[in-house]
Amino acid sequence: MAEPAPLRGAWTGYWQIAAMWVHASMAYPLSFWLLTLGGFVIGGLDFVGIWILFHSIDAMGGFSLTEVGFLYGATGLGLALADMYVGRIERLGQMIRMGTLDTMMVKPIPLLAQVCSNEFALRRLARVFLCVLVFAWASLYVDWTALRVVVAAVMIVSGALIFFSVFIMLACIQFWTADAVEVANAFTYGGNTVTQYPLAIFPSEVVKGLTFLMPLAFVNWYPALFILDREDPFGFPEWFQFLSPVVAVVMVTLTTFVWRFGVRHYRSTGS
Amino acid sequence: MLHVAIATRAFRRYSTYGAATLAGIFTNSVFGIIMCFVYVEVWNQRPDAGGYDVSDALTYVWLGQAMLMTMAIFGGGSPDDLATRIKSGDVAIDLYRPVGLLGWYLAADLGRAAYHLCTRGLAPTVVGALLFDLTFPSAPWVWLVFLATLPIAVTVSFGLRLLIALTTFWIFDDTGPRMMLVVLGTFFSGMTVPLVIFPGALRDLAMALPWASLLQVPADIWLGHRTGWEIVTGYGFMVAWAVALMVACAGVLRLAERRVVVQGG
Repeated sequence: MAEPAPLRGAWTGYWQIAAMWVHASMAYPLSFWLLTLGGFVIGGLDFVGIWILFHSIDAMGGFSLTEVGFLYGATGLGLALADMYVGRIERLGQMIRMGTLDTMMVKPIPLLAQVCSNEFALRRLARVFLCVLVFAWASLYVDWTALRVVVAAVMIVSGALIFFSVFIMLACIQFWTADAVEVANAFTYGGNTVTQYPLAIFPSEVVKGLTFLMPLAFVNWYPALFILDREDPFGFPEWFQFLSPVVAVVMVTLTTFVWRFGVRHYRSTGS
Repeated sequence: MLHVAIATRAFRRYSTYGAATLAGIFTNSVFGIIMCFVYVEVWNQRPDAGGYDVSDALTYVWLGQAMLMTMAIFGGGSPDDLATRIKSGDVAIDLYRPVGLLGWYLAADLGRAAYHLCTRGLAPTVVGALLFDLTFPSAPWVWLVFLATLPIAVTVSFGLRLLIALTTFWIFDDTGPRMMLVVLGTFFSGMTVPLVIFPGALRDLAMALPWASLLQVPADIWLGHRTGWEIVTGYGFMVAWAVALMVACAGVLRLAERRVVVQGG
């Protein structure tokens, strides 16, 4: 990657490879549909778990089931979209070991687009669909205004971009060590799990960490406080609730640097 | 003796990936901590939900993290190896070995489970005990009774995973069925939330399914919610599922041997 290729090349290249993988996955239709259904049900049962918790309680950290559903749907959408587009990057270590990353480097499509579209799985759309359902259901109970709609739309896009950055930045660790893949899960899927719940139930140290260190609280928590008309239980300034797009842009910019740095330091395994 | 050797080799095979184990322990601990805060919130409001107190619920979280890999709730282990060998045709070699295929793969999976218990089972539990106030078995014999449930639980989990792996003889790609097993297993083992707080009929259903053996029954023994005769019925339940699943696996395997021409060459 001597010179950054034009973005359009990345986009069309990504979709060409993705389309090929979609075609390939249809070779085993039973598996494809079971996997799709599985992705849907796994997300669904996850939410059923929260619903079961609400059998014992009426509110969690002062948030009702529909409000938790709103948080759940928002972070879930962010993660599911990021996972569908770039989640495969967690296989980076494997691509390095197998030498496929070297092959990708000589192809006329930006490397990142190739790595992320490799083994593109359309079935991941199931998770997106499920989160849309939960989000739509929870939205019925929201007192909407024009500004809140805008904040909600920006929240989803920013959330996806923040998770997108977390996926890529943590995968870059694999340029140095291939064994620690699971650490990334603690931040991607773990980050998704922690933001499913109202952050009000966590100690303030956790929330500070999720605000300043790994800014996952901007995926859904801060914008949701505005949309649901809640006071911040930790007393952070109100403008934090509009900061998600800024955080997303910063994260994406950081990601570009980390990725370039990783690629530049990459040495083939030589096998 | 042979099976012990297989199990030991499996144990050693998994132990070569040290950094991966450490990374896994970190991830287990993060998820454990998150769930603990959620359960603290729930049990503070309802201090007797599901018959558990706060400390029981928090202990359950860490037992769940400990069992996650030990019971291969997200899949993996020797049945995955078998599925790969069915696809490549190498299973032919397994079938003409002078040792039963079931015993061979079960031994390998028990070896794997032992490794995961000693690392990804033990370490997150220590982390949890340092951070939260947990409940430990009240007497030495309870530890023994708890530990003795684990191989039975692994056998139940192995039976379920092997049944799915064996479908590869017919459908050549088992990723779909495997995913369904993970979905059902995660929910019905009580990994999502403890089975004891499931409402009404759902709870009765979940308690009767084989996945209850993987976490809920052993956890209740650890926590002292299953004592005396209930320990015996718990064991009976687990052994019944283990035997039923092994018989089913043996049956499917015989069908496969008879009806399927092994691919590959």
